[in-house]
Amino acid sequence: MSGLELEQSPTTGDDTISNYTINFGPQHPAAHGVLRMVMELDGEIIERIDPHVGLLHRGTEKLIEHKTYLQALPYFDRLDYCSPLCMEHSYVLAIEKLLNIEVPLRAQYLRVLFAELTRISNHMLNLGSHVMDVGAMTPNLWMFEIREDCMNFFERASGARMHSAYFRPGGVHQDVPLKLLTDLADWLDGRAPELFDDAMSLVVDNRIFKQRNVDIAKVSREDAIAWGFSGPMIRAAGIPWDIRKSQPYDVYGRMDFEVPVGTNSDCYDRMLVRVEEVRQSMRIMKQCLAEMPDGPIASDDRKVVPPKRGEMKQSMEALIHHFKLYTEGFHVPAGEVYVATESPKGEFGVYLVSDGSNKPYRCKIRPTAFSHLQAMDFMCKGHMLPDATAILGAIDVVFGECDR
Amino acid sequence: MTVLHPAPRYASNEGVSAAISAALGDMLLSTKEEHGEILLTVARDRIEDVLRLLRDEHEYQQLMEIAGVDYPSRPERFEVVYMLLSLTRNHRVIVKVTAGEKTPVPTVTTLWPNAGWLEREVFDLYGVLFSGNPDLRRILTDYGFEGHPFRKDFPLTGYVELRYSEEDKRVVYEPVQLAQDLRQFDFMSPWEGADYVLPGDEKADVPPVADPKTTDGPNKTGAGAKADAKAAKPVSEGAPAEKEAAAKEPGAPKPTEDRPDELPRSEKSRDTKGATETDKDIE
Repeated sequence: MSGLELEQSPTTGDDTISNYTINFGPQHPAAHGVLRMVMELDGEIIERIDPHVGLLHRGTEKLIEHKTYLQALPYFDRLDYCSPLCMEHSYVLAIEKLLNIEVPLRAQYLRVLFAELTRISNHMLNLGSHVMDVGAMTPNLWMFEIREDCMNFFERASGARMHSAYFRPGGVHQDVPLKLLTDLADWLDGRAPELFDDAMSLVVDNRIFKQRNVDIAKVSREDAIAWGFSGPMIRAAGIPWDIRKSQPYDVYGRMDFEVPVGTNSDCYDRMLVRVEEVRQSMRIMKQCLAEMPDGPIASDDRKVVPPKRGEMKQSMEALIHHFKLYTEGFHVPAGEVYVATESPKGEFGVYLVSDGSNKPYRCKIRPTAFSHLQAMDFMCKGHMLPDATAILGAIDVVFGECDR
Repeated sequence: MTVLHPAPRYASNEGVSAAISAALGDMLLSTKEEHGEILLTVARDRIEDVLRLLRDEHEYQQLMEIAGVDYPSRPERFEVVYMLLSLTRNHRVIVKVTAGEKTPVPTVTTLWPNAGWLEREVFDLYGVLFSGNPDLRRILTDYGFEGHPFRKDFPLTGYVELRYSEEDKRVVYEPVQLAQDLRQFDFMSPWEGADYVLPGDEKADVPPVADPKTTDGPNKTGAGAKADAKAAKPVSEGAPAEKEAAAKEPGAPKPTEDRPDELPRSEKSRDTKGATETDKDIE
């Protein structure tokens, strides 16, 4: 048999292989939750993707309309359960914007500190799972060590590992012990960067990892803007847009940090942007620890912030405020605001409409994943089937937030 | 108003709303600046032109969000709210249109590709129609879902619930059954315009009954035959059952004018002094 015959197509030549459709998910480990993607494939090349979201839709926004402002807060932890405190951040800032209430400096520092810790914990999960989606196991295990440390810090601050409900309108729920701050400083100086650098040394220059990610899903600047990208997705496209820097909230304006941007706008750049963000987050946290002043951790406006339990036991007025705030709740002036913060995944916004009562009239949550996932079709077109997992991993999508 | 809150601080609103209103002309219905946000209400059928103008001439490059809001008391009950972001000017504006259940809003998928899913979401949850959207399917709710759940008149509990049926070996839909009524706690102070009736207050408005139900005898309880039979039984062993005394009962006294003075008692009445006066021996 000659070599020529071996190279020939197994079909006779006049057969055409028609495109076929497969379901990616909703039960697929690389779907990062419950994503169903109907893929139209030509061989192994993706022709079209129709992502079906909403399998985790819980009607959070409707539930919030039936709760007081404070009761609605824990729903935010359950949106993006990988970065719960950053979800709360947008919500409390939206309430504070409507109330125009002053927040003490220590509370703002604590919020920034824990928002950045959340960012580290989120990126640990995302980088780890992205790496695992394209074939490497070990870095994920190492980064879960860091994530576990983060969880322990959250627990020491708020009592809960994931659903902290720590940020409150007017400040934070409770002060942190000094030992927690010193332990955080030690962790930032030693264990965290060591573990992280070790894990990254396995990945960043890894030949297989690069083969799977470099030049995958390149998005031009114009497309990134038109598709409403935000966060690491838009920064990887070379646009230095970071809400923490451009529209500083809390004490981000006092922080000295860099905004990493990509040059090639592919999956590899998105991953590297996150890697650098982790280092910048550690830098911000160190500044917070160094500069954090003493003082109150919540506003002293007793019509918004309930008194502490100890105070309630002593003072009649505090008792009345405590009772009223935990039953009726506080009233928010009528009006509407859209407040967006830089969550680890991008712009996370809350459009809050108040009718002057104790419950939000409408609370629209802007998920980061919605516009990114919508671009799956155009990003995947022409790529191979296994690239879809790399693209999905680099988007950093969590369905609690996407489906609400 | 001085800004006290720590929410994101973007570029100043000063002059922005004047510049936009001049550019939009009669497409703009009203403009409002409140809580540091610029809110523009524009004509529904011109929304595409408005957003194109804002994107191309005023540097609002990104459409971040489209939100639906339901105000059932208004003639056009829905508001569709577009959040725009300018990366170059570092500024945000909110653009609104109103819409009814049957008045479609022109799509903006022609301007931003990501408007597709955002409009699908508003359609799914509120039932606002977007004319020109090529793919207006439901997005967040279940396949085959009926209704638009975020409307204010859609109950929080929904209408159907689903479970896995072991007999049918599939998921089945059933009308929602709550083991306990959905409790809606309303802690609004009754003195500050609570819109519910306090327990007991509902009796104040009930009109008096024309034919009030009376119980003529002790065994006419008014609670049905079973209760009547039970009431007719002697209370204890040996005690006589109360008899129907309606025939012997003296009628109600007539009006004083027609009635002679009451006759003196025929028999001697029992002396009840001992019960009312103190015994002298004790003193």
